[in-house]
Amino acid sequence: MNIAVVLRQVPDLIETLEIADDGTRLDYGAARFIVNEWDNHALEQALLLKESEGSSVTVVALDFGEVDNTLYEASAKGADTIVKIPWDSEEPPALRQAAALYAEVLRGIGAELILVGCQSHDELEGPLAPQLAFTLNLPYVGVVRGVQPGDQPGSIRVFKEFPGAVVARMSVRLPALIGVLAAEKAPRYVPVSRIRAAMKSTPIRESQVDVPQAAAPVNVLRLYVPEAPERAEMLDGSAEEVAERICQILAEKGLLR
Amino acid sequence: MSAEDVLVLGETKQGTPTDMTLELAACARQLASQTGGQAVVVLLGPEGKQAATQVADAHRVVVVEDDILATYTPAPYLELLSHLVDQSKPIALLVGSTSVGLDVAPLLAARMNLPIVGGCQKISAENGALKVTASFCAGKMLADVEISATPAVLMLLPGSYRAGGGAAPQVEIIRSPIALDPGPVCFEQMILPAATDVDITQQEVLVAVGRGIQQQDNLALAEELAEALGGAVCATRPIVDQGWLPLTRQVGKSGMTVKPKLYLALGVSGAPEHVEGLKGAGLIIAVNTDPKAPIFETAQYGVVADLLDVVPAITEALKAKTN
Ligand SMILES: Cc1cc2nc3c(=O)[nH]c(=O)nc-3n(C[C@H](O)[C@H](O)[C@H](O)COP(=O)(O)OP(=O)(O)OC[C@H]3O[C@@H](n4cnc5c(N)ncnc54)[C@H](O)[C@@H]3O)c2cc1C
Ligand SMILES: Nc1ncnc2c1ncn2[C@@H]1O[C@H](COP(=O)(O)O)[C@@H](O)[C@H]1O
Repeated sequence: MNIAVVLRQVPDLIETLEIADDGTRLDYGAARFIVNEWDNHALEQALLLKESEGSSVTVVALDFGEVDNTLYEASAKGADTIVKIPWDSEEPPALRQAAALYAEVLRGIGAELILVGCQSHDELEGPLAPQLAFTLNLPYVGVVRGVQPGDQPGSIRVFKEFPGAVVARMSVRLPALIGVLAAEKAPRYVPVSRIRAAMKSTPIRESQVDVPQAAAPVNVLRLYVPEAPERAEMLDGSAEEVAERICQILAEKGLLR
Repeated sequence: MSAEDVLVLGETKQGTPTDMTLELAACARQLASQTGGQAVVVLLGPEGKQAATQVADAHRVVVVEDDILATYTPAPYLELLSHLVDQSKPIALLVGSTSVGLDVAPLLAARMNLPIVGGCQKISAENGALKVTASFCAGKMLADVEISATPAVLMLLPGSYRAGGGAAPQVEIIRSPIALDPGPVCFEQMILPAATDVDITQQEVLVAVGRGIQQQDNLALAEELAEALGGAVCATRPIVDQGWLPLTRQVGKSGMTVKPKLYLALGVSGAPEHVEGLKGAGLIIAVNTDPKAPIFETAQYGVVADLLDVVPAITEALKAKTN
């Protein structure tokens, strides 16, 4: 099976997020980037299928953020082909623009299965994965934990999560695009030495595509950091002092055994 | 229906509307009062009939019956909803940020080329334009958004609206107005969680661990604390994804909704998908190294510290008290 994976860069939420001067956009120039967690699970799922089924794995990414590191890491983990789409702006494309960009490259790859994280935390206009599926005219199921080969050739089996740890098993006719929430196993780690080696040996193919116009059906008026009307009362002091205070609170509320 | 109406995709569970559906209806009713229209909730499938009258905040509930709707698959849902939106042209279609909603809402917006906003917490209308406050970046950022092209597809974050206030809705039960085809995705089987593990929904004390626990070995610290408190350990999704705890211990959107008297959140950032499982919790105390972690907006008490320092100290203090 020929599998393609989309890997996106997102701002690392451990860092403080900055807002651009006009107050309506994230300041991506000030952000530190990491790979979108759910795309990383999508990659892992693809690599697991490669190991069990002998699939080939193509990674597609926009030249945005600190993507080269992510791509070398993907290669070190076992991705076969890396395709990078040039992108000049400091900001990521809008939802439908992004879908059009990825779609153009993905059409040329001819993958039977496309795996994309079912969400990315900087998406305001809903997730990319279903929009991309529509653009490519492919069936879509998201919120999926685990993709396996189907009983019949030309199909896969996916596990879609519902509340209460309930999972629906579904079969999907290929070609299809799946919105991955989690791979069957946690994403693997690769030692830095292997990533360094991949830097020397991995050819990154650049795929030139026309940048489609960004439509702006939603107009962001203002971005701001939430300020809850009620915030937690903060307990300060040494670990021992804090522990003592917590015990006191629990005792007052009758929560001690 | 008319351009003033607000359409809602409702969901049912065992013959009752889900909590999210009741919230969506409450939101729709409020919005409809601003537009002068009606809140119309659509329930798909055989359970709809039984659940419809319980969606009190709706003015109208439309139940669509068709064998194919007995379980969720994307194609029939999409066909039906685009038909309904096309026919009724509401100002907005409200959908929950649920497993079904996260598929259907964006697919519908793409197919009908409608504006879409995810993570909505507050929705209002003024002179035919929609104003939305939406949360993103895992709850660390809010955006005020204006949408002038309608209908808009708006995905509501759980916990944003409180149900209640409406009278009994008018219920309409119809057969699907269009022929529905199963499409390329086929439902096979529901897999229920194994009942062998601790049931965290029944625990009075929960010690929750998030990615801040860093290593599997450190789980022992949480176990000891839980034992000293007479409770159980639960977790966020990344911990379960690592395979350190089973899915039955996960709290949140695709995990459990819990209602303990005490919830100790250790190294948990407080992403909306986690916090939605905490609706029924009593006292919440959070320990996190990041003073800006959203969990401090949900907790009553907070400690900005390394959990690896604080947790053993709490366990010690508890042991000293009870001995
Ligand atoms: C469709 C969907 C469904 C989902 N369902 C769920 C669900 O059911 N349940 C769920 O939990 N998530 C769910 N998620 C994932 C959710 O979005 C978050 O990614 C997740 O809750 C984050 O978990 P976390 O808080 O453990 O990790 P992080 O967000 O990485 O937070 C770790 C926190 O630990 C703190 N920390 C680090 N080191 C220390 C230390 N030494 N001491 C103290 N604090 C420390 C950090 O400051 C940070 O705040 C879902 C996501 C999607 C897209
Ligand atoms: N929590 C759940 N547990 C089991 N099945 C669910 C759950 N949520 C949704 N479903 C499935 O999704 C279908 C469609 O959802 P609904 O729109 O609520 O009818 C249901 O009939 C179930 O098959």
